[in-house]
Amino acid sequence: MLHRPFSRVLAAAAFLTVSPPAFAQTGVVNVYTSREPALIKPALDAFTQATAIKVNTVFIQNGLEERVKAEGANSPADIIITVDAAKLVNAVDLGILQKPSNMLTEAAIAPSLRDPEGRWSAVTLRSRVVYASKDRVKENAIHYEDLADPKWKGKICIRSGQHPYNISLIAAMIAHHGVEKTEAWLRGVKANLAKKPSGGDRDVAKDILAGVCDIGIGNTYYVGLMLKDKDQRAWGEAIKVLDSTFKNGGTHVNISGVGLAKNAPNKANAEKLIGFLLSDQAQVMLATLNEEYPVRAGVSTVTTEKLFGPIKPDSFSLIQIANQRKKASELVDQVGFDQ
Amino acid sequence: MTAQQPLSRPGATRGGFSSSHARLYAGMAAGVLLIALPLFTLMQLALSDDSGSLTHVVSTVLPQATRETALLLAGVAVLTAVFGTGSAWLVTAFEFPLRRVLAIALVLPLAMPTYIAAAVYVEWLDAAGPVQRFIRMLVGAPTAAAFPLPSIRSLPGAIFVMSAVLYPYVYLSTRALFTMQSASLIEAARSLGAKPARIFWRVALPLARPAIALGVSLCLLETLNDIGASEFLGVRTLTLSVMTTWLNRGSLEGAAAIACAMLIVVIALILVEMLARGNRGFTSSVKRPRAVAPKTLKGAQAIGALSFCATPVIAGFIVPATFLSIQAMQRTVRGQIDPMIFDALLMTVLLAGAATIGILLLASTIAASQRLLGTALSRGVARFAALGYAVPGTVLALGLLTPIAFFDNQIANLWRAVTGERIGLVLTGSGLAIIIAYHARFLGIAIGAIENGYARISPHLDDAARMLGRSLGGIRRDVHQPLIRPALGTAALLVFVDAMKELPATLLLRPLNVETLATLVYADAARGVFEAGSLAALLIVLIGLGPIMLIARANRSEPADALLAASAATGDAKARDNPV
Repeated sequence: MLHRPFSRVLAAAAFLTVSPPAFAQTGVVNVYTSREPALIKPALDAFTQATAIKVNTVFIQNGLEERVKAEGANSPADIIITVDAAKLVNAVDLGILQKPSNMLTEAAIAPSLRDPEGRWSAVTLRSRVVYASKDRVKENAIHYEDLADPKWKGKICIRSGQHPYNISLIAAMIAHHGVEKTEAWLRGVKANLAKKPSGGDRDVAKDILAGVCDIGIGNTYYVGLMLKDKDQRAWGEAIKVLDSTFKNGGTHVNISGVGLAKNAPNKANAEKLIGFLLSDQAQVMLATLNEEYPVRAGVSTVTTEKLFGPIKPDSFSLIQIANQRKKASELVDQVGFDQ
Repeated sequence: MTAQQPLSRPGATRGGFSSSHARLYAGMAAGVLLIALPLFTLMQLALSDDSGSLTHVVSTVLPQATRETALLLAGVAVLTAVFGTGSAWLVTAFEFPLRRVLAIALVLPLAMPTYIAAAVYVEWLDAAGPVQRFIRMLVGAPTAAAFPLPSIRSLPGAIFVMSAVLYPYVYLSTRALFTMQSASLIEAARSLGAKPARIFWRVALPLARPAIALGVSLCLLETLNDIGASEFLGVRTLTLSVMTTWLNRGSLEGAAAIACAMLIVVIALILVEMLARGNRGFTSSVKRPRAVAPKTLKGAQAIGALSFCATPVIAGFIVPATFLSIQAMQRTVRGQIDPMIFDALLMTVLLAGAATIGILLLASTIAASQRLLGTALSRGVARFAALGYAVPGTVLALGLLTPIAFFDNQIANLWRAVTGERIGLVLTGSGLAIIIAYHARFLGIAIGAIENGYARISPHLDDAARMLGRSLGGIRRDVHQPLIRPALGTAALLVFVDAMKELPATLLLRPLNVETLATLVYADAARGVFEAGSLAALLIVLIGLGPIMLIARANRSEPADALLAASAATGDAKARDNPV
């Protein structure tokens, strides 16, 4: 009979996998993050060193907000970190955030980069820009609107239009110009594509290197990371980052941001960690690690600015842009952008 | 193979309700509950949908996505059927160089995650990759635009990549038939002077048809529910619309509605396929089936057979594994090895192992109730349990999230009321939530594999045992258990390997600080540096070899054949984990 020995093994195995619940212990803060933890680990380690508070993390790329909501009152989540402002806006809508007693409304962070009621704040900024071939493209600046210009016909590469990074850019275009003009723009960009949208931002750089296309759309930090990597340096060196802005605005930015969970069992520690992430020390550290921009006024990073110049973020608030995402996503389907 | 119905139902005729009965019904109830909870959650979400997401998808992406999905599925169906069936036939019916090695190696791509295979092929074959650069250098083309070559990031590329790693499902299922079932028929055809080609087309292939259909349908479900590889290769399947509706348009309800609509279509298609196939099947004799004696091939024929069988192994295993090995070695030398990897390794084996044991217990009980009770209810339960595999993994995981968290909170609140202490969430705070999710996802695979073991046991044995006064439990223990052992081995192999690879539910439901090899691989891929996860990906493949070898050793006869005969013997049932 298989039953008895099997169930014993099962019980043993189940017991082994039960780790003690990280709940309301002193000296702990629990972070649910849709940003890959390795990208922020050095900063978290520095926090632990400074405060002796241990940071537990779990990386949940999609469904983080749903999980915290489902876990409800007993959720161990103290802090939520995301890579997209929309997820934080969604977290507010789902009622899973609370206002920390410190930091999130302070003036050092531009109002467009945080929740007006202080429930979340950006931690670092990344801009979504136009990559161009160093050899084949003369321009050093471009307006996003010009991506629909027929002069780029067959010369543009981009990842899926439904990728959150592109949805955010298209949503910003709607915020600037309205739905109809954005739809026409999107059709124009679609007509200019060298190939069907696929791959990731790095593949855009690789395609430019190989000469599949001359320009492409990607996030700035990928360029910095490619230049750091021995094997990928050639991709990064083949391209330059154009000074990309809206016609009457700045560069499209998105954030990685932080919020305090509504039922945080370690609230005091969580507030300390949020304060730390927005401190000068962590800001420089995070920005340098990932080639991003700090959000705190007066903090500057040498490496990122040397690569891409100082940033001129667009004036629309992240919330205004997040509100247009649904429409943006529908437009991508309507114009058959990915088809 | 259709199982012959038992001439009588021991349970029914003996009357009374024994503890064996209780065990069978408890197993059935648990199986239904596991699948019903997430599906019910999804349906509830879908019914509350007022976002118009379904209408939007139908009016905008449906025509194109349907066409693209249909072409993708058709391509994968043809390639997996040809290479799965062809290689299974060759390694069974013929003797040629490396046959025994290939017989095992043909299973290996099973352990290769599709999105990893996709990333490797893009790395090597895309415009900036070494192959195209070399070709451009040869022809003297300055850029890819000047000399455009076909891109791997395309529909044909996706068909190739998916088929390369999924064909083992067909290989396993058809190999079973060829080894166990058709030996006597093939030998009869040989003795009548039929040429090998004629035997294949006129005897082996018609016999294998149900197994091919079942194996292919498993490949198709995998392809349809894939997200990572499709998106990366630029193929817009409908499953991607489920994701964009949820993530970009903020409507989980709308996503659930689309997923439910897709599930209904999948169920309908499988019903049609089942009806079209009818009850045609080939019952096994009471006699223990035996393997066909392979015929030795020489010269060009031997080389042909060798190359045909080596092709899918190279495409689905050797190429991606080579890339991963090179990367893993470079990173080890540079000291860039994730210190988490050993913990993750242990956790992966623990979670997949615990899930495999639990799933096997449950699945064997459900399969036994189908055999011993033989009622419409027990058959229905077995088919229903397979639905966990017919929805995308992320969707299933989201469906499980709410009920699991609900139980968790009930436990936590109860504990607090009784003891006054807060214990937090026990299920999601431990690995139990993940193990439950694996059960929901892979129960059907195990039931299918075990069912097929049963199909090879003559019902007359049950009757004989019953007449000799055995109880239900006695028949299970003394008659069935020894005979279905190889089937249990196959079920264990498939569940274990699939559980090790499992990603969406593991990501969503794991506790703080817990990583498996699959989540480590994915974390690197999410940062855009999938090659950083090479060692972890390689470990998944290597650990997958363990159970394969274990099964080989457990069978006394020739290792290569015993392994595949055993696993394949039940392999076609694996495909029965289809819905319905």
